[in-house]
Amino acid sequence: MDWATIFENGLKAGIRPEAAYFALAAIGLNIHFGYTGLLNFGQAGFMAMGAYGLAIPVFAYGWPWWIGVFFGLLAAVLFAVLLGVPTLRLRADYLAIVTIAAAEIIRFIFRATDLREITGGSNGINGFSSGFFDLNPFSGTINIGPFDFTAREMWVMIVGWGLVLIGIGLTYLMIESPWGRVLKAVREDEDAARALGKNAYSMKMQSLIIGGLFGALAGMILALSQGSVQPSPTDLGPPKTFFAYAALILGGTGRLWGPVIGSIMFIALLAFTDNLLRQAQAADYIPEEIITGTEVGVIRFVLLGVGLMILMLYRPQGLFGDKREMAFDV
Amino acid sequence: MSDGGSQAAVSSDEKPASTPGSAKPDAILLVDGIRRSFGGLVAVDVDHLEFQRNRITALIGPNGAGKTTFFNLITGFDTPDAGTWTYDGRDMGSLPAHEVALNGMVRTFQLTKALSRLTVMENMKLGAQQQRGENLFRSFNHRGWKRQEAEIEARADALLERFKMDHMRDEFAGTLSGGQRKLLEMARALMTEPAIIMLDEPMAGVNPALTQSLLGHVKELRDEGRTVIFVEHDMDVVRDISDWVVVMAEGRIIAEGTHEEIGANTQVIDAYLGRHHDSTLTIDDDNPFLDQPDGSSSESAESQD
Ligand SMILES: Nc1ncnc2c1ncn2[C@@H]1O[C@H](COP(=O)(O)OP(=O)(O)O)[C@@H](O)[C@H]1O
Ligand SMILES: [Mg+2]
Repeated sequence: MDWATIFENGLKAGIRPEAAYFALAAIGLNIHFGYTGLLNFGQAGFMAMGAYGLAIPVFAYGWPWWIGVFFGLLAAVLFAVLLGVPTLRLRADYLAIVTIAAAEIIRFIFRATDLREITGGSNGINGFSSGFFDLNPFSGTINIGPFDFTAREMWVMIVGWGLVLIGIGLTYLMIESPWGRVLKAVREDEDAARALGKNAYSMKMQSLIIGGLFGALAGMILALSQGSVQPSPTDLGPPKTFFAYAALILGGTGRLWGPVIGSIMFIALLAFTDNLLRQAQAADYIPEEIITGTEVGVIRFVLLGVGLMILMLYRPQGLFGDKREMAFDV
Repeated sequence: MSDGGSQAAVSSDEKPASTPGSAKPDAILLVDGIRRSFGGLVAVDVDHLEFQRNRITALIGPNGAGKTTFFNLITGFDTPDAGTWTYDGRDMGSLPAHEVALNGMVRTFQLTKALSRLTVMENMKLGAQQQRGENLFRSFNHRGWKRQEAEIEARADALLERFKMDHMRDEFAGTLSGGQRKLLEMARALMTEPAIIMLDEPMAGVNPALTQSLLGHVKELRDEGRTVIFVEHDMDVVRDISDWVVVMAEGRIIAEGTHEEIGANTQVIDAYLGRHHDSTLTIDDDNPFLDQPDGSSSESAESQD
């Protein structure tokens, strides 16, 4: 077994665009869940808004790509308002149900055959990203230390991680302010916040919109990194939302850097176990009868799930959470 | 303001009639025909009730009398089946809870609502009103609100000191005891600078050594010109600080008066003690009326929190 390659590929995955867009999605979920206590199970829906918002204006109308950025963000705001108005006055679980359903409905609408001219139907949209890559300052192969990246990948990485840093900066400014304090108060006890003159409903709506905007940015980076938008469950379905949650919980909810560290670790660990299992197979350490090649992709998720369970048992606050916050019942 | 000054102010007014729903000189809160039922149970059914400005009014009554529901209704946390109420001449009927608070009518909860994963200081700062930094767009510019934040912090520190909680200012509120949470909730409510403060069983679970100073704080609130309405079971407390007592039973107001008058009212004795008891209701030091049954039940409610 080539341990150097296993670790190298794990580390490389941790900085690739996939980790960056998970980090953006998880930053959004951290604002929703970590700071406001909102259970948004439809982050993939916000990502779809960003991805399709970016791609449709180019694909269907031939507009410049940056108009798509504007549309993607606008669509995420509208989606948040649409979800928030009927649910945010109700008990917390209503939002969870409505968001997961709405995100799936959105995905099915995007893949509807009747909308093929606009959304590409079940084929999705390809070839909307040339405008973005025209701005690419890189060419050829770029190597950073032991890692080689293509110019396209490098450009998406720079933009993706740049957005992550800006996102963390903005989150810091918001959360470490009186506004952030009200947000956390709503998370702890909405009625207590209202009794002190705070408009809990408005705070929850603002949170849903802001976290949704990060979801939309995640969707755009996803779309750009793949050069295509697909209405498939793996790209924009519920698994995306739950992996983003897994990353957030791994890093620590309600912690500024939790979603970023968590996403890097999550993607790196997936790649690491994937490489490990494949090499173990190739070296015949794992007989073909036990795990076949195609099963590796599934097994690594099982291992990661077990890992997360162990983490929750021994470090429920996540890798970077504050243990004191877990010391009492909330 | 000195204690003596406000005492004089109390005695200079004429005393309201001791009948349920009596008119008060300078009433700050007027409630009319407010009614709330849960299924078949009528929890609150108050025809008319007035609260006098700048007085401490105790709302007493057996468990389940509807006191908490009454608080919920007039503070916008629950919606009545019928009824209107005005605060300082303003109709409050359709206001959501946070706007009631913004208007200067602030309540605390029987089951305390400490914001566990915020520190004691953060809990306190949250109470301050009109904070620039609570607006999303202004929150980003930390320079824009830092000065106000410092003022708020200084005010919070002074209040914490007054409530003898200054040594806990940086602890998470979730680590406080039940009594300490009561104190924090009251101090936090005071950060809003309310005109009317409504306290739902503020002394329940509070260390007896602290009760006296807490009573002192409540009197100071009146002396600062605020109106206090509080629910309490311990008649020692009621006698000690209340200017007026309103008695509720089964959702209705059954009596009003000074604590001496209430202590002598047979209807109140019946409502409280029912026919299973034969002790007499006297309000004096060595006969703390009823603090046993109600006190213990509010303790158990506390532990659910
Ligand atoms: N949300 C509710 N649903 C059903 N019944 C309730 C509710 N809230 C209060 N009640 C009932 O209304 C009555 C009055 O309760 P409450 O206002 O809590 O009394 P108190 O504060 O005087 O002890 C009680 O019989 C209680 O069981
Ligand atoms: Mg009660």
